[in-house]
Amino acid sequence: MSADRKPTLAVWKFASCDGCQLSLLDCEDELLSLAGEVEIAYFLEATRATAEGPYDLSLVEGSVTTHHDMERIREVRRASRALVTIGACATAGGVQALKNFADVDEYVSVVYATPDYISTLDSSTPISAHVPVDYELNGCPINKRQLLEVITAFLHGRRPNIPSTSVCMECKRRGTVCVMVAHGTPCLGPVTHAGCGALCPSYDRGCYGCFGPMESPNTPALTQQLQSLGMGEKAVDRVFRTFNVRAFEETRSG
Amino acid sequence: MTEGRTKTIKTDALARVEGEGAMIVRIAGGVVEEVKLNIYEPPRFFEAFLRGRDFTEVPDITARICGICPVAYQMSSVTAMEMACGVEVGGQLQALRRLLYCGEWIESHALHVFMLHAPDFLGYQSAIELARDHPDVVTSALELKKTGNELMTVVGGREVHPINVKVGGWYRAPRKRELAALVPALERAREIALQAVKITAGFDFPDYQQDYELVALDHPGEYPIDRGRIVSNRGLDIAVPEYDEHFVEEHVEWSNALHSQVIARGSYLCGPLARFALAADRLSPVARDAAKEVGLDPSERNPFKSIVVRSVELVYAADEALRLIADYEEPDAPSVAVEPRAGVGHGCTEAPRGILYHRYEIDADGTILDAKIVPPTSQNQRTIEEDLRGVVERSLDVPDDALAILCEQTIRNYDPCISCATHFLTLDIQRS
Repeated sequence: MSADRKPTLAVWKFASCDGCQLSLLDCEDELLSLAGEVEIAYFLEATRATAEGPYDLSLVEGSVTTHHDMERIREVRRASRALVTIGACATAGGVQALKNFADVDEYVSVVYATPDYISTLDSSTPISAHVPVDYELNGCPINKRQLLEVITAFLHGRRPNIPSTSVCMECKRRGTVCVMVAHGTPCLGPVTHAGCGALCPSYDRGCYGCFGPMESPNTPALTQQLQSLGMGEKAVDRVFRTFNVRAFEETRSG
Repeated sequence: MTEGRTKTIKTDALARVEGEGAMIVRIAGGVVEEVKLNIYEPPRFFEAFLRGRDFTEVPDITARICGICPVAYQMSSVTAMEMACGVEVGGQLQALRRLLYCGEWIESHALHVFMLHAPDFLGYQSAIELARDHPDVVTSALELKKTGNELMTVVGGREVHPINVKVGGWYRAPRKRELAALVPALERAREIALQAVKITAGFDFPDYQQDYELVALDHPGEYPIDRGRIVSNRGLDIAVPEYDEHFVEEHVEWSNALHSQVIARGSYLCGPLARFALAADRLSPVARDAAKEVGLDPSERNPFKSIVVRSVELVYAADEALRLIADYEEPDAPSVAVEPRAGVGHGCTEAPRGILYHRYEIDADGTILDAKIVPPTSQNQRTIEEDLRGVVERSLDVPDDALAILCEQTIRNYDPCISCATHFLTLDIQRS
């Protein structure tokens, strides 16, 4: 990018809840300064003004669930110098990937009276299944501090400083008593990617894995621990099969 | 705009709404032939994959339907499950739910009033552009929105997809001092909201009125948020479990969202305009006075003035949050025990955009057998299409570019949450 123009930022939405791109608008203290540093070239949730690509940085929210979106993500990739996925849907397929385990025709008929009107793929897949991705930010939803770090890093041409350790590390750092050891509360903290700040344990609740698996998790060992705390097989399946179902499934067979 | 000539106006993307859709208006010989709000946000099938999940999982899973109003999903789903299990949550546990909801109303309304809708009235593409000419207005709006988010963070754990809500109450009840720390920001939020009422009431409004059936919740002595019967200005007065006997959803070819109507009557409107029309007398004095001062009356039927009503509701939400915090006593336990039993439960609460209905059937061990979720945008979809038709019919002489913007503004009156109703709006006006 040349020195005399502002870098361009684009925000794209695929199948999702809007929560991760909302996190950008939730940066109330930083939004106007960010808008001074970058040209927001495409961000439909915020503005009707759109500029043609190419874009220096594209943030992509949501998973791919339709033929149309399979084509659209390729166009977004071609128009983007750097592409970063934001959130569990774009990074791991999201909660809608639960349909990968089911008969989609049956799903359509449960929700819609006239299934013929509905066009959908039989799977929900992360962006990386379709195009090369430069960085993946975890979270359902993402953490807005981490989002600002990723944007800043890419605009300055460095790697984002995002720890790939577990939620346990965040509990230790903030001094939260371990809910699993002290209270016997089942918790996915030992295998879950850091980033939320160990929120659930600070509310007397076990982590339920919304940031997906950490780097090299020992999921089989945690599964044994969850079972010894009284969780049945079905309950263990359910807790891993929520917002990062694809990512956790890959770590479960030791 | 010569009659008899074929003309197509196309805006590829309707922005500043939550989700993806398209709008098609076809005009032939000076007559509006067809109006369609085409929601092509990809379906995500929540009602299907909830089957087989545990009854305790609904607040976490249904929150993911919408990042803008997750609390609405959490509240309707937990109250439905509590009904199914024969448990009532009252006292401070209930008051905390209303408090969390006030946070969501402030965050969502502040976003819509200033960042999504006000630019239409002032001729800007976005709030960021608006901020160049009116930095004080946008900075105050962001401060207001931030206070809503902070309230959600303290009570719910975080602003998007709160983690503290459970069937039966909360994982941890907030401490009095945690809530007390929010008071100065909420007092300031109430001041900013009072200014917002004055600013939005001064906008130019298209001259358009409709005789809507208005539907909202109704609970004695309370402005509708978290509980109540379902009532309308045409005599509807039902308990929440009677919803299916009075409302029907229809699947149309051009939309991935289902259309709702009142059986044997047709379209209806829910959301701020309906709540204000039916329950203005139950606003707090400061919110009621703010409405009166700008001449906003419960008889108001101009949907473009919903932005003023939203601003009045911002005043109320801040004021109500302050009241709830002043009255707050830490409960003995953060939740009541809920044992599953075979049964059906219904929940309905006022999302920022209008009533959100949930129905679940569970078996004796708490496994979900069936789920039904009717978001406010589905309920308003027919009315949005009718308004579009009405607005275009009165504006046939307006140049195409301006008409396109007017149509978008009409849709934004409803703060449609298309992610909820299924997701990008393309605007396509065809004249022939």
